[in-house]
Amino acid sequence: MPVAVQKILTYLLVFASGGLLCMLAQLLIVRTKLTPARILVIFLCAGILLEAVGVFKYMLQYAKAGVSVPILGFGAALAKGAIEGAKTLGFMGAFAGGLTATAMGIGVAVCASFVVTLIFSPRTK
Amino acid sequence: MSEQTEQVEQRNKRYNKYVNAVTPKSSIFKSLIKSFWVGGVTCLFAQGIFELYQWAFPSLDTTTISAYMLCTIIVLAVILTGAGVFDKLGRYAGAGAFLPITGFANAMASSAMEFKTEGLILGSQTKFFSVVGPVLVNGVVWSALAGLIHYVISLF
Amino acid sequence: MTSVTILKGENTTFLPKNLQSVSEAETVQSPEKLAPAKAKQTVFFRNPPRICAGAAVVTQREADGPVGEYFSSVVDSKMGEKNFETAEIRMLKEAVTSAAAKAGLWPRELDLLLAGDLLNQITSSSYVARDLGIPYMGLYSACATMTQALALAAALLDAGCFTNIACATASHFSTAERQYRYPLEYGAQRPPYAQWTVTGAGCSIVSSSAEHGPRITAATFGKAVDFGVNDISNMGAAMAPAAMDTLYTMLRETGLSPSDFDLILTGDLGKLGSDILRDLMREQGIELGQNYSDCGTLIYDNTQKVYQGGSGAGCSASVFNSYILDRFLKDCYSRIAFLATGALMNPQSTYQGETIPCISHAVIIEK
Repeated sequence: MPVAVQKILTYLLVFASGGLLCMLAQLLIVRTKLTPARILVIFLCAGILLEAVGVFKYMLQYAKAGVSVPILGFGAALAKGAIEGAKTLGFMGAFAGGLTATAMGIGVAVCASFVVTLIFSPRTK
Repeated sequence: MSEQTEQVEQRNKRYNKYVNAVTPKSSIFKSLIKSFWVGGVTCLFAQGIFELYQWAFPSLDTTTISAYMLCTIIVLAVILTGAGVFDKLGRYAGAGAFLPITGFANAMASSAMEFKTEGLILGSQTKFFSVVGPVLVNGVVWSALAGLIHYVISLF
Repeated sequence: MTSVTILKGENTTFLPKNLQSVSEAETVQSPEKLAPAKAKQTVFFRNPPRICAGAAVVTQREADGPVGEYFSSVVDSKMGEKNFETAEIRMLKEAVTSAAAKAGLWPRELDLLLAGDLLNQITSSSYVARDLGIPYMGLYSACATMTQALALAAALLDAGCFTNIACATASHFSTAERQYRYPLEYGAQRPPYAQWTVTGAGCSIVSSSAEHGPRITAATFGKAVDFGVNDISNMGAAMAPAAMDTLYTMLRETGLSPSDFDLILTGDLGKLGSDILRDLMREQGIELGQNYSDCGTLIYDNTQKVYQGGSGAGCSASVFNSYILDRFLKDCYSRIAFLATGALMNPQSTYQGETIPCISHAVIIEK
């Protein structure tokens, strides 16, 4: 298969999987009375579960950013870190690994939010 | 007394059934399409950044590049929140905006900004995790459990 | 939206039991003939006080609506203040002072301020009272505070206490939003049945010495009614039963029928809530016709993306004190019923899974 076609296929897969996950979450919002916070937690836990049973790495292999960017990917990264921590550090590693693996994202989010808070104020709608 | 309570319950049940029948529902098809394309484009954009970094920093491994990519879109989402754009996207796309990690960043930045008027420490910073708190707590707890289960399995 | 007929249950109706037992013979034909003892919730005023002036302060969004031209002043939603709470206080204060000015009074000449708002511990009203330096009673009936204040003011004036009472309420989209829902910049989607909190303040000056202005002739104090709705976004459906309960009681106890009114005006039920109220009243055998309207549907038009219409304490206050009083001055009405409705929940109670009790107080205003 030529490289260009392969690239386009990958992009299509990324688009479709990311879109489908969001569509599923939207379906939950419209159909049930679940709040966004609950849905985020559900998808996060789904990510942790998928990683824990070892399915997520295959999904990541094909859908790439399509599954790592939705909150599912955050859960999977936490679980992956925790499992690796348990492997290397033993019992206590399970508690440290998740946060270690996702520390960069959380740190950047907190710092960026802090800076933005200093600069901007909320606007009325 | 119990008969009356039962009657009230019956009435409430009937009223709620009636309310459900008359309450307008959002057009499911339209909102699904909106969240589909916004969510898809967000992921596609992230993939683009990922490949850009892969090309720019060939020496780094994919996990690091992936982390860099996530940080980039988080910062973008936080800036868009500050500029007052992200909430419009959220209103348009629903889950398409809040399910990706960008929605996580928006939730954090928006609550931090919102309570700025009560001071940085007692207002903004105590409310930093007021929306994203459940995600962090559940993430840490259940991933730790996953790690522990793997640890226990590895003992045998 | 087309209205849907209520599916009749087997043995339950929506009315509370004690109302069903009132037989036809007990109802009285006109308010004058009514023996006060028989009306449990309705108070008739022998010396009806007059609403001698009213003022409404709103922001651009409200001024763009169908009744925009009637508002006395249009301000920026932050009013140059450092936060939205202070802006709300300023708006409420401006409403009180300009209403007093219209009545030919200095704010200090007011005998009493009856005010309320939606914020925790009704701080906006209290700060206004502090700034004005007049006797003050804080009220809270959520969005029904305006009619509660009018009814109480009329009762006090009828009893001969005080001469000029200011009744004021305010709400602000940006302060209500952070208290009841999400941060402003959070990208949350609202369901199509949600309502939009009005940014506005309104004040009526009720006076026992005034010569002009519509009179408050009767008031019906409502009960807290809870029909088991627990969806915080669906305020119209939660509040409609309270409006039905008070409206039905008022009509029963005064012996009037909807056609005796030039206007029956509810506070902030919105489009959905109004339709539900029509259905609920139809089930009681009372048809609300063309003369029924709702402040929440009056204040915004369809193009403003406000879902089911306006809500909040400022909604009924600003519409009543501008458009409705103006129409009274132009002799368009001879008798109206004004029922504001309020939802008496807070975020904690809804998170705890409690349903939403609602209240509606009614006043009858005549030329």
